[in-house]
Amino acid sequence: MTNQYSDRKYIISGIIILISIIFIIRLLYLQVFDNKYKLSANNNSQRKVIIHPPRGLIYDRNNTLLVYNEATYDIMVIPNQLQKFDTTLLADLLNIDKDYIKFNIKKAKNFSYYKPSLFLKQLSIKSYARFQENLYKFLGFFAQARTLRKYPQKIAAHILGYVGEVDKKILEKNKSYKQGDYIGLSGVEKYYENILRGKTGSKIFLVDVHNRIRGNYKNGKYDTIAIAGNNLTLTLDAKLQAFGEKLMQNKIGSIVAIEPSSGEILTLISSPNYDPNLLVGRIRSKNYRKLLLDSLKPLFNRAINAKYPPGSTFKLINALIGMQENVLTENTYYTCNHGYHFGGITVGCHGHKSPLNLKESIQISCNSYYCNVFKSIIDNKNYPTTTQSYNAWRNYVTSFGFGRYLESDIYDESKGFVPKSTYYDKYYKKNHWSALTIISLAIGQGELGITPLQMANMASIMANRGFYYIPHIVKKISGGISISPKFEVKHFTKINEKYFSTVVDGMELVINGGPGSTARIAKIDSIIVCGKTGTAQNPHGKDHSIFIAFAPKDNPKIAIAVYIENGGFGATWAAPIASLMIEKYLTKKISKKRKYLENYILNGNLINKK
Amino acid sequence: MRQTKNNILQKIDWITVLLYLTLVIIGWINIYAAVYNTSHKSILDFSQKYGKQLIWIFAGIILIIIIFTIKSRFYKFFAYPIYIVTILLLFFVLLFGREVNGARSWFEIGNFRLQPAEFAKFATSLAVAKYVGSFNFNIKKIKNLLATLMLIFIPVIFILLQNDTGSALVYFIFILVLFREGLSANILIFGFIAVILFILALILKIITVLILILAIAFIIYWLSQRKLKNIIIASSIFTAISLILWIIKHYGNINLSDSYVILISFIISSVYYIFYAFKNNISKIYSFVLITLASLIFVFSVNYAFNNILEQHQRDRINNLLGIKYDPLGTGYNVNQSKIAIGSGGFSGKGFLQGTQTKFNFVPEQSTDFIFCTIGEEWGFIGTSVVLILFVLLVIRLIFLAEKQRTHFARIYGYSVAAILFFHFAINIGMTIGLAPVIGIPLPFISYGGSSLWSFTILLFIFIKLDTNRSDLI
Ligand SMILES: [Zn+2]
Repeated sequence: MTNQYSDRKYIISGIIILISIIFIIRLLYLQVFDNKYKLSANNNSQRKVIIHPPRGLIYDRNNTLLVYNEATYDIMVIPNQLQKFDTTLLADLLNIDKDYIKFNIKKAKNFSYYKPSLFLKQLSIKSYARFQENLYKFLGFFAQARTLRKYPQKIAAHILGYVGEVDKKILEKNKSYKQGDYIGLSGVEKYYENILRGKTGSKIFLVDVHNRIRGNYKNGKYDTIAIAGNNLTLTLDAKLQAFGEKLMQNKIGSIVAIEPSSGEILTLISSPNYDPNLLVGRIRSKNYRKLLLDSLKPLFNRAINAKYPPGSTFKLINALIGMQENVLTENTYYTCNHGYHFGGITVGCHGHKSPLNLKESIQISCNSYYCNVFKSIIDNKNYPTTTQSYNAWRNYVTSFGFGRYLESDIYDESKGFVPKSTYYDKYYKKNHWSALTIISLAIGQGELGITPLQMANMASIMANRGFYYIPHIVKKISGGISISPKFEVKHFTKINEKYFSTVVDGMELVINGGPGSTARIAKIDSIIVCGKTGTAQNPHGKDHSIFIAFAPKDNPKIAIAVYIENGGFGATWAAPIASLMIEKYLTKKISKKRKYLENYILNGNLINKK
Repeated sequence: MRQTKNNILQKIDWITVLLYLTLVIIGWINIYAAVYNTSHKSILDFSQKYGKQLIWIFAGIILIIIIFTIKSRFYKFFAYPIYIVTILLLFFVLLFGREVNGARSWFEIGNFRLQPAEFAKFATSLAVAKYVGSFNFNIKKIKNLLATLMLIFIPVIFILLQNDTGSALVYFIFILVLFREGLSANILIFGFIAVILFILALILKIITVLILILAIAFIIYWLSQRKLKNIIIASSIFTAISLILWIIKHYGNINLSDSYVILISFIISSVYYIFYAFKNNISKIYSFVLITLASLIFVFSVNYAFNNILEQHQRDRINNLLGIKYDPLGTGYNVNQSKIAIGSGGFSGKGFLQGTQTKFNFVPEQSTDFIFCTIGEEWGFIGTSVVLILFVLLVIRLIFLAEKQRTHFARIYGYSVAAILFFHFAINIGMTIGLAPVIGIPLPFISYGGSSLWSFTILLFIFIKLDTNRSDLI
């Protein structure tokens, strides 16, 4: 009787062992074969926090701070850690509405329950402080420090450019960027992106279920430190830039000033411009759209992208080419009878004494003189055909940096346009064009398209009497990185240096000569300014006012080009603006005698007059 | 045959004691790891759980010494009084107890808390052992069986009233003890199947349960028939029919759930099975098909009733009854977290104190009910399988020893100990790996808590004491 059922011990033991075997198999599966849970564990307890490096700072040539970083906070949310919270309070603290909360939490959930998603971008320090005090009421939320670009001087928007978060396209193309990183999108920010961006770091924290940080993962073994971006010192003179921007208010056009002895860009203005602080942070896209739709195209950087006809300033080039080609000397005289008349073609000229020699032709800016010069260049008997002589001419022209990239470090510069002979072949048919057909090139009209930067570079070449350094905007990079060596190379034109002095003398007369000088308004008593006016015919409206100059005549410190759209004669707006810029740069002030001129410019409104 | 008293040390079953000590030490190490915190490093920090557990362990050793000094005869003689005192304690705790986590099951005296339900296990075991082991007892007599069940259900009712469902469910395991003592195997099998199916129907997806039933049915059929050809034909027919039905459903855009497809397929297949049974005159198949069909329909009805007839609050109550704990973050959060913790341990674990899941409160009750997560996370598969094997060894050893007892009382008590320990570790570990419902019962010897450690220690060591007098007829 006692052991009647003792065999049942096997059944009972069997059940126990069977269940244990099932458990062992299950454990083997959970712990060894299935990786799903290992991944979940990482999301669960580790929070990788990206540490965005501060972008490099940007200074002007005198160490005036142009760009710095302001701290802001991104509010992040981890959906699976959310608990019931007071939406009214959250909406109030963050200054958002309830729909925003609902929408963004849903969005975050769609992305991932375990990974942090961006909930609200770029909260100011002040709002963040208020939120931080209440953070414990909002489990599942946390703040991540970010920075925003700030522009204390509010100038040079086109030069500096702007940054934005990387988009999908960049993420796919460049693996070194992660979602949420900033990237330079234009200007210096873009051109020097690799210098400015620094290196993103990351920290892995252990967090508990309440989202509280409980320490570093593996004592920070897998953390990487964020390395701040390198700082840039620009060649820009902030004071001159600000002054120029003020002069350019209510005018459309551009000013570019270069230090001839180095190619350093002192000022680069495109007008109308905008406060760079507008394209920062949350307000960026809204303001960007506004600027994009503005009919005056403030986002368009005229200084490097506008292809303007150079007008009479181009006569200097033709004079130099003429001399180089031995079809013109200092003492060549041409007559002018209110213009150039040849074979049914007339190029008008204003009334002045006649005949003129080369220097006088520059001083007075005689159209007729340069039509003759240009015709003698193109009809030069040394070249069998017009095409050949035209190509020779074009070669000289491009050696001044026209019709090709200057290769400056200004992002997105344009080539401008100097037509090739094939262009005319196509336009007029081969051998059906001659010097007379393209005579407008003599006076810088016609198809020529020159950017203000190229014009300033031309002024720089005149100042240097025959060579230039590539205009550039960055002077120094922190951390022992040197700027590109190409900015230290002298680029010579194809014109012998000896011919420049005549032209420069002519340029001196333009301002400092007697009656008939076209730009006496630009005269500064203490400084010998050399310049050349230009007035470009504009089929769409009033002529453009142009002036290029450098000063002082000997050992020049500044070369400048000013282009005022619809400003009329070169001497009306461009010349006074250039002379004010030169005076400001060289003497640090505007003399009392010329205050009236400054006021005239400041009050000049060429936009609403249109 | 009489041995001298100072030989008691020789008579103690040291294998069991060693298994016990190993589990207790493993438990303490993992409690230390579960609540480890750099600001409380000292193992003697009695403000921390591991410090307190150390006290419980030493107090447990004193209990063991006391148990050994008491004569074996005493336990049998005082089995009923101990039982009655325990029932009274269970009654008083309802009146004067303190509520912790929604269960009014604690006596609180100063800083000291005691949970009578834990002690009711050994008291009930003693009483059952005494009654079932008595000379006149015959389990086939309904009267005797009912009396036994009453002994078991009185504490269950009190514990349920305390709202401590987990501890109450433990008493169902006495069915194993009664089975050993002659309870009809059919009751065990049917009861077991019904309970399993009921629980599975509620915690698993219906389709999973259906497939499980069918798989088991085919396997059992194959085991009983030993004809591979038949079983392949039978299962192929079923598979083919379900496939056809599924394709019709899928391309015919018929709104029918996959579980119905399986049910209908089996009904259609049954026609063939019965025809086959009729033709070959195998009567076994009839009952077999019938049982399988009944199981399928049972699962369907449970599922349907639960989801369609019951109201939400009733469902919650059943979940509650099953010990499926209220889940603040959605279904299965705790189990999921627990699986993540265990799974993240990998083969060899993250190392002592290196666990992140358990330490940072992802897993609830990490030092008590979910202590197995810490073991899994920090010691990996090696750790979990070692602990599991230790438990199996302990329980099998207890069964082995129980079978060697000369008295019914000692044998039944031994089986009770083995069964209770088995239920605890199976449900506790099963719950952490998602194979059992979340029932808040501790892992014996390992989970943090004085009451639980002491009650298991008393439970086990009374048997070890009884075993030292194995050769005596008491
Ligand atoms: Zn003239």
